[in-house]
This record gives sequence, C-alpha cells and structure tokens, in this order.
Amino acid sequence: MIDRSEVLHIARLARLSLEETEIEAITAELSSILDHVDQISSLDLEGVEPTAHSVAQSGALRPDVPVESLGKDAVLSQAPATDGSGFEVPSPGGGS
Amino acid sequence: MSSDLTTLSASAASAKVKSGEVDAHELFEQWRERSRLDDLNALSWSADSVPAEIHTGGPLGGVPLGVKDLFCTEGVPSQSGSKILEGYLPPYSATVVDALAAAGAPLLAKTHQDEFAMGSSNENCAFGAVINPWDRGRVPGGSSGGSAAAVAAGLVPWALGTDTGGSIRQPAALCGVVGLKPTYGSVSRYGMIAFASSLDQAGPITNSVADAALLYSQMTGRDVHDSTSVDHPDPVSEVPAADLTGVRIGVPTELSGEGIESGVLDAFNASLELAKSLGATVEPCHLPHAPHALSAYYLIAPAECSSNLARFDGVRYGLRVDPGEGLDAMYGATRSQGFGPEVRRRIMLGTYALSSGYYDAYYGRAQRVRTLISQDFDTAFESFDVIATPTSPCVAFELGSKTDDPLSMYLSDFCTVPMSLAGIPAISIPNGLSEGLPVGLQLVGPAFSENRILGIAASLEAAIGFDGSAARL
Amino acid sequence: MTEFEAVIGLEIHVQLATQTKMFCGCKPVFGEDPNTRTCPTCLGLPGALPVINEAAVDFGMRLGLALGCSLAERSIFHRKNYFYADSPKGYQISQYDEPLCSEGELAGVRINRVHLEDDAAKLVHTSETGRIHGAESSVVDFNRAGTPLAEIVTEPDLRSAAQAREWLQLLRTTVKALNISDVNMEEGSLRCDANISVRPVGQKELATKTELKNMNSFRFVEKGIEAEIERQRILLESGGTVVQETLHFDPRTGSLTALRSKEEAHDYRYFPDPDLLPVSVDSEMVERARAALPELPAARAVRYAETYGFEQELSERLGFEADLGDLFEAVLEIRGKASDPRLAATWVSGEVFSRVEQDAGSAIEASTLAELLELLEGERITTAAARQVLDRVLAEGGSPADIVASEGLEKVGGGDALAAAVEIAIAAHPEAAAKVTAGEHKALGSRRWWRGAQRNPCSPWRRVGFITWLNNPQRQRFHSQRRWSLC
Ligand SMILES: [Mg+2]
Ligand SMILES: [Zn+2]
Repeated sequence: MIDRSEVLHIARLARLSLEETEIEAITAELSSILDHVDQISSLDLEGVEPTAHSVAQSGALRPDVPVESLGKDAVLSQAPATDGSGFEVPSPGGGS
Repeated sequence: MSSDLTTLSASAASAKVKSGEVDAHELFEQWRERSRLDDLNALSWSADSVPAEIHTGGPLGGVPLGVKDLFCTEGVPSQSGSKILEGYLPPYSATVVDALAAAGAPLLAKTHQDEFAMGSSNENCAFGAVINPWDRGRVPGGSSGGSAAAVAAGLVPWALGTDTGGSIRQPAALCGVVGLKPTYGSVSRYGMIAFASSLDQAGPITNSVADAALLYSQMTGRDVHDSTSVDHPDPVSEVPAADLTGVRIGVPTELSGEGIESGVLDAFNASLELAKSLGATVEPCHLPHAPHALSAYYLIAPAECSSNLARFDGVRYGLRVDPGEGLDAMYGATRSQGFGPEVRRRIMLGTYALSSGYYDAYYGRAQRVRTLISQDFDTAFESFDVIATPTSPCVAFELGSKTDDPLSMYLSDFCTVPMSLAGIPAISIPNGLSEGLPVGLQLVGPAFSENRILGIAASLEAAIGFDGSAARL
Repeated sequence: MTEFEAVIGLEIHVQLATQTKMFCGCKPVFGEDPNTRTCPTCLGLPGALPVINEAAVDFGMRLGLALGCSLAERSIFHRKNYFYADSPKGYQISQYDEPLCSEGELAGVRINRVHLEDDAAKLVHTSETGRIHGAESSVVDFNRAGTPLAEIVTEPDLRSAAQAREWLQLLRTTVKALNISDVNMEEGSLRCDANISVRPVGQKELATKTELKNMNSFRFVEKGIEAEIERQRILLESGGTVVQETLHFDPRTGSLTALRSKEEAHDYRYFPDPDLLPVSVDSEMVERARAALPELPAARAVRYAETYGFEQELSERLGFEADLGDLFEAVLEIRGKASDPRLAATWVSGEVFSRVEQDAGSAIEASTLAELLELLEGERITTAAARQVLDRVLAEGGSPADIVASEGLEKVGGGDALAAAVEIAIAAHPEAAAKVTAGEHKALGSRRWWRGAQRNPCSPWRRVGFITWLNNPQRQRFHSQRRWSLC
C-alpha cells in the first residue's frame, strides 16, 4: 500500500525526522489504516460534489478597519529564541 | 463552615447566585477546593485564587467552568495535551471562553485531553492518561476525557469540550455525563487550538441536559473572528422537557447492530422501549453511507491536521529542539520530539492523503463521501424528528488495551463520526450501566435543531433516571 | 545554425494598499519596529483564524477588471503547504484552481489569472555577508506577514527581455492608476518572477522552463531575463538540456544560481482552507469595483495621441502617469479651446514633472498652472520667467499673476518700458542701488556676480547688476543672445 520510500518522502514533507527503528512500524501502521480507509474506493462517486463545509456556504467578509496589534513583549514572550526584536531561527542554509 | 455548594447542579447553583442566596465568590472558592481533590489527572491547571470580579449578573450566575486544555486562555497554560506546547501561555483567550466568562462562568480549571484532540481514550495526553472515575483501571474516553472525568467526579460543575469525530459524546458516554456536540458553525472556533477545522466544534459537558442547555445558550453566535461561524437561527434558552407523544425516532440499522457490545445494545433497546412508552414512535431507518464515514473521517481529519499542525515549528512558541544543523534539522527534531506517536501518525496519514498523486483518490473522494453522508441524514430527517444510536459501541475500556492497535481505537468513533461529517447536532446522555460502567445514548437532529434534541433528551433523561453519584470523588 | 526564440511568462506579486492585512486587522505598515504589527492570526498562533478582508477582494476585482479578466462568482482560498521560517502557519493561504479573476489581456499579453494570497514574513539574515549561505542564524520579523497580495500570472506570450520589461512597466502604471498599490519594485510592493524557456524558431511546443526570481528593479528584470535566455541558448547550442529549476539572479555579478535542486521539488499539497468558506461575489460588488475603475493608462495614451496628435512618447508620459494626465486635462479644461494643448502637455510632462518627479498632482493646482500658461501663451512673460514663477509657486505658493506683478517679471521690450523697469528695481532695492552709486558696481560685473545671479536670479544683486549692465556697451549683443527677464 505505502512503501518505505514513500514514508520517507512524506516524513520529509511533514518535517518529521523518523528514527531508523520507527520507519518499519509506521509503514505497517499506515498501510493497515490505508487498507481500511481504501474501502471508499469501491463507492460510485460519479457526479457527487465534494463537501468542504457542511453548514454555511459562503463566508462573510471582514470590513477593512484596523484593530490594535499585540504588544511586542507579548509577541516575543513565548519564543524559544529571540534577539529582543525578532524570532531567532537557525540559518535556512545551514546543515543539509 | 457554610453548606457544601458543590453538591448543587450548575443550574441550581446559578439560580441561587442570581437570587442572592449564594455568594459567587464563596461558590468559586468551594469549587476551587474541590478541584484540588483531582487524583484522576483530569485537570491540567486550576485557579490559584478566586477572581476579583465574577459576572454574577450574567445568565450563568457565576458558576465556575472547567475548560479543555486546547482552548486558549490568556496567561493560563493552553497546551492541547502536547509536549510541543508545554507551559504555553497564550496572549489571548478563545471567543467562547471570553463569552462564557462574560455570561458569568469564570475559569476554574483546564482539563487534560488527548494530544491535539486526537484520540478516544485520553491515553495520548503528553501529561499522562486521565483515569475514569467509575473504574480507575479504565479510560475516560477521549479526547475531552479530562472534562468528562472532571464533571463526573464533581471536580468542576460543568465543562467545555470539543468534538471533531466524537470527542465530546464518547467520553461523556464513558463517564456517565451529558455531552452536546452542536451544529458546526454555531459556536466560534476562534482560540480553539485546531485539530480538523471543518469538523471541530466546542460544546458543553455537564451533569444534566438542563445544565448543557444553559451553558450552550451562552456559547452560540456569529463571531467576527471565525468566518465559518453563523448566528443560530433558533437560539437555545431554557429547554423544557419535550412531550414525546408522536415524536418519530429513527434508529439507523447501520449504527445499532454489528460491532456494538451486547450490554450497550441492551441498554439502548431498553431506552427505546421507554421512549415508546412515552408516546414516541421508534422505527428503523437507513444511513447507507454511514459505514464509510469512518474511512472518510480518517482521511479528512488527518489531512486538515497535517496542515493545522504545521505551525508548531519551534519558532514563535513552544518546544524547540535544535541539533545545530540548520533550520530543517530544527524543524524535524522539534516536531518529532514534540509530537506524540498518534499525532505523528495522523500527520503522516494526512500528508499522504494530500500529496501529489493521491489527493483525488483520498482527500477528494473523502469529501465526496461526506456529501453522501449528509444526504443520507437529509433523507432520514424527512421521515424522523430525531435519530437515536448508542454513543459508543463499548463501555470504558481498560487502560492500555487498545493503544497498540490504532485502527481498533479508531473504531470507537464508529457511531459519532457520521454526524461530525454532516455538521449536525448530537447529544449523548447517560443511558444506565452495563457491567457497572456507564453507557451513552446518542440523539441526533438536523442542523440547528438543538432546542428539539435537548428537549427530547431532557424527557428521556428524566425517564431513564441515571444516578451518577458513584463517580463523585 | 538553428535560430532560437525565447518564451517568457511573468508572475507578478502586487502588495495591495489596504488598511489592514489580508486575514487580520493589523495595519500593514512598513519600516516599523519589528514584530509590532502582528496579532494571533498573522503570527500563526495556536487557535487563531483568518477572516477575509473585503477591501482586498474589492482591489483584486478592480485589478481583474482592469486586465480584462472575468470575475468568478465563487472563488476559493486554498492552503499551499510548505515549511520555511518566513511562513508563520506552515502554509500560505492562496487561491488555486478557483481564483478570483481569470482569462484577461493587457497589451497583447494574455493574463491567465489574478488571485489573492497573504504575504510571508521577512527573514533577516545575520551573517556578515547578508547572504543565506553561511549565515549563523536569522531573525524573523512578522510585520509583513499577512499583507494582501494580488498575484498576476501571464501566459507565456512575451518574446524578449526588453519586451518583458516594457510590458511590466505598463502593468505597473495600470496598477498605479487603479490606486490599489504603491507598486514600488525597490520596496517590494511590486515583485516579478519570470518563467523562461528557449526553443527553436518554428517549434510550437514549449520547451523546459526555468523560474527566475529576485529581480527587484525594471532594469534587473531585463538584465536577468536576458542572462537566462543567453544561458539557455548557449546550453542548447552546445547540445545540452535545460533542467527545470528555480534560479536567483544576482544583479551585482549578473550571475544565476539555482535556489534548490529538482529532487527537492515542492509538493504543496493544496487543499481548500477549511477555516474559510468560498468567497461569493455578487453583482453589487462587481459594479462597485467597476465604478472605481479610472480610465486605464493604455487607453488614455491612445486617446491623447488621437485627440491631440501627440507623438507616442508624450502621449504615454501623460497617459501612464495618472497624476500628470489629470493635471494636463484639468489645465486644458480651465483654459478652454483657445489654448494650445501641446504647450500644456509639454509643460506638465516636462517642467512640472522634472520639478516634482512623481508627485505632480499634489504639488501644483491646475488653476495655478493654467494661469501661468496663460501668461506665457499671451507672451506676457518669457519662458525663463515662467520657469522662475513655477519655482516660486512650488516653493511658496501664490498666484503666478501676482508674482509676475510684484516681482516685475513682465516681459519688456526696451526703451521707456526698460527705463521704467529700472526705476522700479531701484525703488524696490534702495540699498543695492546706493552701493552701485557709491562705486561698488564694478565688482558686480565679475563672473562671481553672474554665477550668483544665475543661482538666484531674483535677488537684489541681480536687479542692481542689471543697472550696471545697462551701462555696459556690450548689452545689445547680450540682449540678442538670450531672452531675459527683468527681476
Ligand atoms: Mg504567489
Ligand atoms: Zn495580524
């Protein structure tokens, strides 16, 4: 159903680093779940529209009126690393 | 020492505060003391002191509230049961939490849950599993297990939960309390840490239908911060027990036979007989696509969660694990160590379902199945006022008994998922015991029929006469 | 030898100048302290939700209408999932297969679509070089995150770098005329990426394309595309094949570097944003957007050329700069049929424009300019005097006629008029006249005086110098050399 290389590709897309020991287990788990959910492939869905939301059909728009932003202290207070003005992140180019 | 106010129902306490008979601060203080008794790991936080100001003038009369961990509460830990948000203090509160505080339900405690609301047992909580007050070897259900256990054990007078595929109704059933999953859109999702945005809905978990109606009455309304929210066309106020004479109850054969434990089924059938004796008609009905609901759900919900949880990246808040090898390595390490196994599994599943080449087969098809499920309900409601099913196919199971098999755990949501996909309201009320453990009865109505299903639930509740006092700590 | 032709399509991002961001109420103001224009929504905090800004939808519709697009009655916002430090939510909210506007055309280039999306945050690299590679760490400022963007995607209808640049300039003036964006490339409110491929002339199918990013001026757009066409041509001529990749153009060195290799090709996992419902556009909204459309630059330029017989350059100058066009037309309106449109056009596009650059409309009233041109056209002042008056008006305000009168700028022809003018000058500047009488006037004939007078022709020295000059036997020659005015 899903193989090791697909699992690695998906993990990469989702930014999850998998331990070598986990890969086999998660491949098996995903396969068994996909096996089950694949039963919907037997349904005839010809002409059936997808439903993204069940109730409201179109959303109200927001008037273009500014509101107060958060204070900088509140913005930075939960950050793992800051330089006092912004959020510090490791270099995007670093490592590989 | 004044009398024990915590034995009063939330509605009764609210009435007494409003009439001046009970002091709201005294009420809060007594509940604060009660919340300290938690030995179920139900609460993740409780108030240090009584708030200086309690809006006793509001409709809720100052009765304090337990709130599921995933609601953002300004300055109070809001962790969604995850290590990646351990100790996270939001700078704002969820709309519904603010609305309830303004209506007179001040924040008393936060309750534990499955991580990011993914689970049916509460064993996926990063801060330890919650224990069922009916049997300490068993799960309380999930993902709002902390709220259900806390209400059942009398640690909080009432609580907020959230339901994505059954996360209010199933733990309510397993803990012997009332849980209402409202019509999608009737309650703002702003400030609820999202699991699956098109399904998540907040609702009350309470000791009685009257309490649920009272709490829900103050939760609804369009919120400018949530464009999927709408004004309730038939807002709930006081809900009198409905006269069941002539009420047409449909029982979907697909959700009330195979796969349901016999004790649960016996209790279910007994309550249907009760309903008949009260004048209702009970007939089988069909939801032909309901058996596919679980499959559609386990594609749609993981797909949305894989995207909703992308924001947990170790940059602005929460955990960061940095191996010092650049941005991507930081992302990978943070997310692998910050998320538990079930969350990672669903992120993987959802990423796969959306990925290039698979979208149409998985996510796209699932959204079409959803259409069919909604149409099934529409058809059924042409002939029936309300649909009844068991809430959970089983009673509370033993801790650890399903953790090794994700798929068997997913099957716990069998009876609750179709309503989530259709966005329609459903309530679970205590329906007696099976082998000493609570069983739930689910009543389902069309969109915005909360008044109707609450009324019918209140009548059946009175007829069933469930006694939950054994769970009280 | 095979002849090659380039096939170019552009993707243009325009920051919309709304009062608030695309999905939250923060003000998208730039140059503020980092992270002071943010809220739970644009920071991607847990639990926060987006709500669509109605003005952004309105601006998007105006843009679509201006580009001849059809507007979708129902359009959908998708999530484009990718991880990067500039992405607060781990996805961008953008439109995918049901955009707001589709299938338009501007100056012969087909528009595939115009859609709305939110902008990313700003990443500041802290390494010494300021470049991504080798940076120790970076700092993220979320002020820009969530700013509304309209993305315009063209069909691959452009055939050269110069044509791409010219077309992009027309697009810029068109967007500017709509008054929905600052459209400033240097400041990033107008950003352009190019998809470029090269194929043998006569080949119908499109060849493998590359995507060129980071061209932050019109000049670099042309240079970058030119460089990439050249690279592909050389590659193909030497028997190589073009690899689909994203390239970064370094304007300093003119070099092209691959941003990411193809193995890392993104899988954006687009799906409808479950936090948002479809946008419904009703006829009332469309009519409102249509009513807000000005005459568009290309149409205006054509009208000027046809109505007044102006050459292309003059027509486009006035047509493409809405402020100038407006000023020109207002002046004509005031002056009426008798006046010379070309005089007004050259003054607006020349004298006025060069003095106030992009800001012409706000700097001078049409009535003021009309008054000045009337004086000039009636030959009551010289062109040089008119320039002086324009300088005065721009610096201090006031009426041209009053300035001409009070400063004695009226054109004089010699004889009695000249003598009278000198009398006025002496009366107006008695101190300077006294110095001249006392013999200091010799110094006034020096080069230094002349330079000073040029810098400030209306100074007392200039006037008194004039008296000196009256005594100069060479004055008749000087007079014939330049048209002068009396200060
Ligand atoms: Mg874009
Ligand atoms: Zn914001």
